[in-house]
Amino acid sequence: MNSFEIHALKQRTKNITFQVAAIIGLLFAVIVLLLLLINVFEDGWQRLSLQFISSYPSRKPEVAGIIAGLAGSFFMVSLAALLSVPVGIGAAIYLEEYGKKNRLGKFIEINIANLAGVPSIVYGLLGLGLFVRWFNLDRSILAGSLTMSLLIMPVIIIATREAIKAVPQGIREASYAVGATKWQTIWHHLLPISFPTILTGIILAISRAIGETAPLITIGALTYVTFLPKSIHSEFTILPIQIFNWVSRPQQAFHENAAAAIIVLIAFTLMLNSIAIILRNKFSK
Amino acid sequence: MTIRQMPALETRNLNLHYGTNHALKNISLCISENFVVALIGPSGCGKSTYLRLFNRMNDMIDGVRIDGDVLFNGKDIYKSNLRVEHVRKKIGMVFQKPNPFPKTIFENVAYGLKVNGISNKKFIEETVEKSLKQAALWEEVKDNLKKSALALSGGQQQRLCIARALAVEPSVLLMDEPASALDPLSSAKIEELIYELKKKYTILIVTHNMQQAARVSDKTAFFYLGQLIEYNDTKQIFINPKEERTQNYITGRFG
Repeated sequence: MNSFEIHALKQRTKNITFQVAAIIGLLFAVIVLLLLLINVFEDGWQRLSLQFISSYPSRKPEVAGIIAGLAGSFFMVSLAALLSVPVGIGAAIYLEEYGKKNRLGKFIEINIANLAGVPSIVYGLLGLGLFVRWFNLDRSILAGSLTMSLLIMPVIIIATREAIKAVPQGIREASYAVGATKWQTIWHHLLPISFPTILTGIILAISRAIGETAPLITIGALTYVTFLPKSIHSEFTILPIQIFNWVSRPQQAFHENAAAAIIVLIAFTLMLNSIAIILRNKFSK
Repeated sequence: MTIRQMPALETRNLNLHYGTNHALKNISLCISENFVVALIGPSGCGKSTYLRLFNRMNDMIDGVRIDGDVLFNGKDIYKSNLRVEHVRKKIGMVFQKPNPFPKTIFENVAYGLKVNGISNKKFIEETVEKSLKQAALWEEVKDNLKKSALALSGGQQQRLCIARALAVEPSVLLMDEPASALDPLSSAKIEELIYELKKKYTILIVTHNMQQAARVSDKTAFFYLGQLIEYNDTKQIFINPKEERTQNYITGRFG
């Protein structure tokens, strides 16, 4: 074998080794996830029923249900999205299109990226101090939503900025060159073109909000709720708190309830993610 | 008796800095109405930057500083109270890379009218047709106005961009290497088009193609390292340049 052949052989070996490593990594991730799902389904699927979904929690596990948590999660997340999406997109547009890319801009950019990585319990403490105590909102659904909107806003800002940044500079120039104003350029071109990507970011942020538990426990969302939220000032619970509550009980039957509730939560998240994918494919045509 | 015609575009003692980079050095130049002026010079010499002065496209870049006068029909487009959108409407631009919007052919041409507040449907339809005809694209797309502009070929896209620029009825057209990203046939079509357009418009064209400059322009300006080296009738520049650097550049000895 000459040195070229030896080199080629080495490269081929490297190539195959890496491929195998990548496949093992993938399998590991998928199998762990599958085991988790199988485990949950085994425990919970026989508890899944219309009665389970439409009942309030109870001391008797066989009649307990998740309607309070489901409704709480739904309202809390919807309100949080309503609050954080306009502000987040607005902030991103400002940073990307209006703000100067100077030191201050860089500083703000780094801080927003950091905010996206702050542990959620910290947002819970902020929400407790700011909204619950200072604004006197008590442990209301509004306080929960405001806290959650702070948590997901950096994610939305970052996703929107990336989406707007990805629009080719030529589009901006073309629009300005025929006499469009900045706002017309943003409204007619940048937002429509980046919309699918922004939407994906928003839905991923919302999926995160649905799963978050810690900040809402911190601000004092209840664990035992036998009513539906009537207004934004109602007390509330959310699905993950309900799950947490059931898991911490000693009875096996409650654990089964928890598993069933997890299935509902996963289904909910999967549904949102599928909507994100469908919308993205539809609009990016 | 000669009447001294006011130049359509003019810069006086113009200096432009990108941060600490002195990109345009003390440039004074007059461009008469309905002239085609070619800006030539090696990459990075400032000719594109100079072109983009006139529709204030450099405004978008952070850290640009402009000193001196940039006049359009005698009015300073930076210092007078002319709105930047108005300047850009009167001084259209065609870019190096065709940049149609991801919308239909019709919407692309009509866009400039829309942002300038025109909503008369009939007028818009007529203007779109007129502009596409002026850009020599009408025959190829008249049955497909609702088709996406992105489905057109590169050369067609560039003519669409020219139509889009013409639709708002500018008096000046800035062209930044409009044919450099195109195949020779499309490129020839754009050149023919420039020939037609110069009857009605003042045209400033940046080009790296010496033959193209010689063919389409009345006057040629040679830029080098941010300075205007020579500005004269195109014939003079190509046959008998006064400066050695111009001579060297057009004969391909550097650049």
